[in-house]
Amino acid sequence: MFRFIVSRLLQAIPVLLVVITATFFLVRAAPGGPFSAEKTVAPEVIKALEAQYKLDQPVWQQYLSYLNDLAHGDFGPSFRYPGRSVDELIAGGLPITAELAFYAMLVAIIIGVSAGVLAALKPNTPQDYVPMSAAMIGICMPSFLMGPLLVLIFGIWLEWLPVSGWGDLPGDKILPAITLGSGYAAFLARLSRGGMLEVMSQDYIRTARAKGLPEWVVVLKHGLRGGLIPVIAFLGPAFAGLLSGSFVVETIFQIPGLGRFYVQAAFNRDYTMILGTTVFFATLIVLFNLLSDIIAVWINPKLRHQLREGK
Amino acid sequence: MMRNKIFGLTVLTTTLLITTLLMGGCSGGENNVTTGNRDGILHWGNGTDPQELDPHIVTGIPEHHILTALLEGLVAKDPATLEPVAAVAKEWSISEDGKTYTFKLRHNAVWSNGDPVTAHDFAWSWWRALQPALGNQYAYMLFPIKNSEAYAKGEIDDFSQVGVKVLDDYTLEVELNNATPYFLQLLDHYSMFPVHRPTIEKFGKPDERGSLWTRPGNFVGNGPFTLKEWKLFKRVEVVKNPQYWDAGKVKLNGIHFHPIENVTTEERMFRSGQLHHTGSIPIDKVATYKKDKPHLLHTYPYLGNYFYRINTKLPHLSDQRVRQALAMSIDSKQLTEQVTKGGEVPAYTFTPPNTLGYTAKSAFEFNPEKARKLLAEAGYPDGKDFPVTELLYNTSESHRKIAVAIQQMWNQYLGVNIILNNQDWKVYLDSVGNGDYSIARAGWIGDYVDPNTFLDMWVTEGGNNHTGWSNPRYDELILKLAPTIPDRAMRYKLMAEAEAILLEDMPIIPIYIYNSKSLVHPSLKGLQPNILDYVLYKNLSLDPSLSGVNIH
Repeated sequence: MFRFIVSRLLQAIPVLLVVITATFFLVRAAPGGPFSAEKTVAPEVIKALEAQYKLDQPVWQQYLSYLNDLAHGDFGPSFRYPGRSVDELIAGGLPITAELAFYAMLVAIIIGVSAGVLAALKPNTPQDYVPMSAAMIGICMPSFLMGPLLVLIFGIWLEWLPVSGWGDLPGDKILPAITLGSGYAAFLARLSRGGMLEVMSQDYIRTARAKGLPEWVVVLKHGLRGGLIPVIAFLGPAFAGLLSGSFVVETIFQIPGLGRFYVQAAFNRDYTMILGTTVFFATLIVLFNLLSDIIAVWINPKLRHQLREGK
Repeated sequence: MMRNKIFGLTVLTTTLLITTLLMGGCSGGENNVTTGNRDGILHWGNGTDPQELDPHIVTGIPEHHILTALLEGLVAKDPATLEPVAAVAKEWSISEDGKTYTFKLRHNAVWSNGDPVTAHDFAWSWWRALQPALGNQYAYMLFPIKNSEAYAKGEIDDFSQVGVKVLDDYTLEVELNNATPYFLQLLDHYSMFPVHRPTIEKFGKPDERGSLWTRPGNFVGNGPFTLKEWKLFKRVEVVKNPQYWDAGKVKLNGIHFHPIENVTTEERMFRSGQLHHTGSIPIDKVATYKKDKPHLLHTYPYLGNYFYRINTKLPHLSDQRVRQALAMSIDSKQLTEQVTKGGEVPAYTFTPPNTLGYTAKSAFEFNPEKARKLLAEAGYPDGKDFPVTELLYNTSESHRKIAVAIQQMWNQYLGVNIILNNQDWKVYLDSVGNGDYSIARAGWIGDYVDPNTFLDMWVTEGGNNHTGWSNPRYDELILKLAPTIPDRAMRYKLMAEAEAILLEDMPIIPIYIYNSKSLVHPSLKGLQPNILDYVLYKNLSLDPSLSGVNIH
């Protein structure tokens, strides 16, 4: 197990290096610079700004000094927000995006897994069709439609919940969490239905029933553990996806999270900010994939066995 | 057994978390408008998040709003007439030749830490605003001051040669290159605001970008409000400054500036009572508000215009007749009524009409007949053999709609086929800046209320010209003749002559005059519409008796 983790971590280094290098040169190759504006900026001002942010140095030199700073955990200064470092901006937005992603994950798991399990218990009956059709709609409906729709119903017509903000008004976290979580809920519903269907036809389930256990114990205790393996494998990448994919939801609900300035940075050609967030998300995705692999190995006896046999 | 416990524990924690998450929703809170009206706090939708709060670094309108609350220049404007009114300077005099201004500062103007605001503060602040290392993109606002341009460009390094002189603590003399009748108009632009020297020097070098002096707790200002909180991407909070010389007139206790980039979100926030005032309104909602809730919708012509640049360096577009034909076949009345639909005014001049008393004579009109004739004379009868021409705009739904409509008009009236091309904002800026386009969408917002801010950009090789157009008489009028004349009416006459040349040659096609559009809660009082969309926050007040007004 230990060797498995170490080797996966070592594999991550070249992956991240490729990400950094590609992003570094791509953003500089893109037309338009960080200081261009509709009202032409005087050449002497541009020169002063470029000198300040070391953009007047040869590109390879910029690249090396960036790598050096990065090795010391320094993402550099933001071009767009003078006086703010990229580290500071990421540190400010991350807790909010992480909290949003966490609630969205909860929403996804609760709705998704219960729908999937219910469907799997009575396959090919209305109890299966209804939640699964709903899941299909959930997968198809993008958050930029789902969000405004929920706001219109619960925020403006019914006036039950705030239409925007994060942590300012009671209940303002509910609609963003549901909007972001619903798409994933739909995926989870399909995954858990499949997993449960397979498990519920296994011999040990029949044995459990034969022992005379009540059906809910059979399902919750014996069925779920095996049935949710595919779900768990999906959770790691899903969480990373929630973190990096929260841009739309953050924009709709006016949430000061990381996803928003990830995208804004690209529009603004804020080189250091683009790099910083990209490297940060890349690391996160690598780590969460590793984590879900570890969990999968840990709960799935078949995989654990393979790992031990293979190496 | 162990596993059962873990399972039970997981279920319990999850249930608890969900309850906490949902419980919050049950206590129905009051909205911002209600609490704001009670506490005297204005909730202001403020566009994008401010980049900085340093007046000598920032460039945007959201920053402008916050800074006019936090700082005050020598003079301000009357929001109704836009004529200068006393601010830190209680009075001023102008020499006969219009080149020397002497400002008498009021003795009771103080910084928010109690220090007096003196003439030295202004001299030092303007020195700082011109420091090349600061990278101040609006340094050019100071260029009417004698030798300031040479100083900013590093051609001279002795600041005593720049026309700013402190006669005594409360008297400032400013010498200009030319009589600049709009000089007083510039003094409430943030690039001319004073900054507090001891605070800036405490947190870094004077020309250091992004030192920490603008953070809450550090910031020292001289405006009607002081900085209380600056939560990135969330809001900037300012509170009434009791030290402000005119504090007795300030009715608000504070303002919350909410950065909201998405106009649809902003409109939803307004509808749910979270904002008193929005910075904009989604274009497709204007008609609904006009019809159902006209009392909430405030629109007013704005000192800016929407136009197309033509690249006069391309062979077929270098022909003046072709440019005129293109301009005359755009039905901008139909365009504003049926495509943009926001109450914009069709433009037939480049400078918006009635810019502080200046209205240029419109030189062209929608006339497809004449346009066809001109195009035929230029060698393209019915658009035959018209070279491939591209219309460039920066990616946006509204620009696309306009471009499509104009593409159709050109096809219908002239028989020419134009290809549409959209580019991301920064790519578009690059293409236009490098002259790498045929026809390109553009917009221009005046820096101050004077035709000069619209006309001086078209001089030969002007930094914002980008069309390759050049006309010696135009250059002479704008650069040599007009600036020397102190009399407003005489100067406007020369300006009008120049604008007539511009509209005859048509390196640009004016399309419409912008208008400012916002949603205003009925409880917000004291707003005065004007073409600058200029707000004097100290005039605003909130009426709690109107909190409950139905805005749905």
